[in-house]
Amino acid sequence: MLEFLANLIPTFIWDIWNSLPPLVQYLTIVTWKILFVMIGVILIVAFSTYFERKVIGSMQARVGPNRVGPLGLGQPFADVIKLLIKEVVIPSQSSKFLFVIAPLLTLIPALAAWAVIPLNDWYVIADINAGLLYVLALTSIGVYGVILAGWATNSKYAFLGAMRSAAQIVAYEIAMGFALVGILMAAGSLNLGDIVRAQAGGFSHWFLLPLFPLFLVYWISGVAETNRAPFDVAEGESEIVAGFHVEYSGVAFALFFLAEYANMVLISSLTAIFFLGGWASPFEGLSFLSPLANIPIIGLLVVGGLHWLFIKMAFFMYTFFWLRATFPRYRYDQIMRLGWKVFIPVTILWIAVEGVMAWFEVGPWAGLTG
Amino acid sequence: MLFHAFLFYTFAAVLIGAACGVIFSRNPVHAIMFLVLAFFQSAMLWLLAEAEFLAIVLVLVYVGAVMVLFLFVVMMLDINVEAIRRGMTRYASLGIAVALIMAFQLVQLIWLRSGTETLPGAFEAYPEGYSNTKALGSVLYTEHVYAFEIAAVVLLLAIVAAITLTMRKRPGLKVQNISAQVAVKAKDRIRVVKMNSEKKR
Repeated sequence: MLEFLANLIPTFIWDIWNSLPPLVQYLTIVTWKILFVMIGVILIVAFSTYFERKVIGSMQARVGPNRVGPLGLGQPFADVIKLLIKEVVIPSQSSKFLFVIAPLLTLIPALAAWAVIPLNDWYVIADINAGLLYVLALTSIGVYGVILAGWATNSKYAFLGAMRSAAQIVAYEIAMGFALVGILMAAGSLNLGDIVRAQAGGFSHWFLLPLFPLFLVYWISGVAETNRAPFDVAEGESEIVAGFHVEYSGVAFALFFLAEYANMVLISSLTAIFFLGGWASPFEGLSFLSPLANIPIIGLLVVGGLHWLFIKMAFFMYTFFWLRATFPRYRYDQIMRLGWKVFIPVTILWIAVEGVMAWFEVGPWAGLTG
Repeated sequence: MLFHAFLFYTFAAVLIGAACGVIFSRNPVHAIMFLVLAFFQSAMLWLLAEAEFLAIVLVLVYVGAVMVLFLFVVMMLDINVEAIRRGMTRYASLGIAVALIMAFQLVQLIWLRSGTETLPGAFEAYPEGYSNTKALGSVLYTEHVYAFEIAAVVLLLAIVAAITLTMRKRPGLKVQNISAQVAVKAKDRIRVVKMNSEKKR
């Protein structure tokens, strides 16, 4: 397939390519890789806003957006254009530099984390050894944008939202980190590609089964980290209007919106990679299905690849919207109690259980010696 | 190699600039953000030395957790720029003295370690497939396991002590009983009354 594509390109282009210095070749390839991932992520973000409104609409027995384009599919673009041509109002008593930079500080970590995420067996921008730590570090610095936005606005509502968000994210990050320690113990590697490869061999080899409590803790903490319902007290439109982004308008608000959805896509993909085998197909290792692999469309379901990561990611995005349509907002003291008094003990207990499982060589540790 | 040196001096220059910003910025929140930038730049320097575990953990722990709590506290200060400026001149001499002592100690340490031989101009290159995480882990849990575990216990003790200090009995404190709240059933709150419909007069 790749050779066929390579033959399509005329030879003189290959000659020019081969005459370039290796550093330039390397930088060109990496730039294109980044560009493809970024365009993909931004398109997914744009259409997940549409997806969300359709899902919540159908759960509330409404139609959802259906005016712009066929089936309302042009709605995300209409929203973006509307926000782009609006005026950005900067409050007069605000700290102007921090006010402007805060939306960028939430968006950049959400996009930068994609550098280490493996989309399939070979497509990863930076295949680094400490990939899992990198992801954890980047998701933890996303809170700066929220805190600074709340402080720089110089508004009481925004400030309350920022304080709620800071306390909440610090609480849930610890549980998230401990859940990832469990992944480390099972996979024996910090590299995200190796974590997925450790789950190869079909549904029964995924970390979902042996690490089920950690999966629940990680997923719920992920919902809390992204400030989504039912943990969206940082926005809390009924009591503090819109929380940290109450004074943001136009493009600045669009950036916050983009960052929130980019974070959701990121958490969904990470959950799929850590617990559901990432790009791997759930039907791997079933020998009676292997003849199907050569059939054009059905075959894709049997072999692993980008489409499986996308399906799993889409499932978790749907769950985000499902939760939002289903649950009322948590009370603040209940959020804190859940984070500190329930999740952290559960993760520590399950890490101990994993130690016992590794000692008796069951589950993902079967066949390991020493 | 030239590119390497260029990166090193860029990161080092931004690091020193950010460190100066921490001292000279009037607003404590701006000072914290400069400190965050300084942590990032030192993480970059560690990445250049192929110490990726230390670099990412520096960002994770200091930027992701410690500085967030700092920001949380400092944000709530009532900022009085006049008072801060007065403090600056008062403590400047003390600050300079501490800085000089630290610089002297650093120079002495480097002198002692290197002896008379000249220091290397670049970071040592590690062989292909070197993993900083594995290298650290393999000594931390074997050779230095006692020191490591004792440090962990001391930190735990500090956490327990700090929490104990805040646990004082206050009269008239209202506490929610979570298990009682969770155990509530619909029939505890609403009563369904059966009655005949009223007749219109």
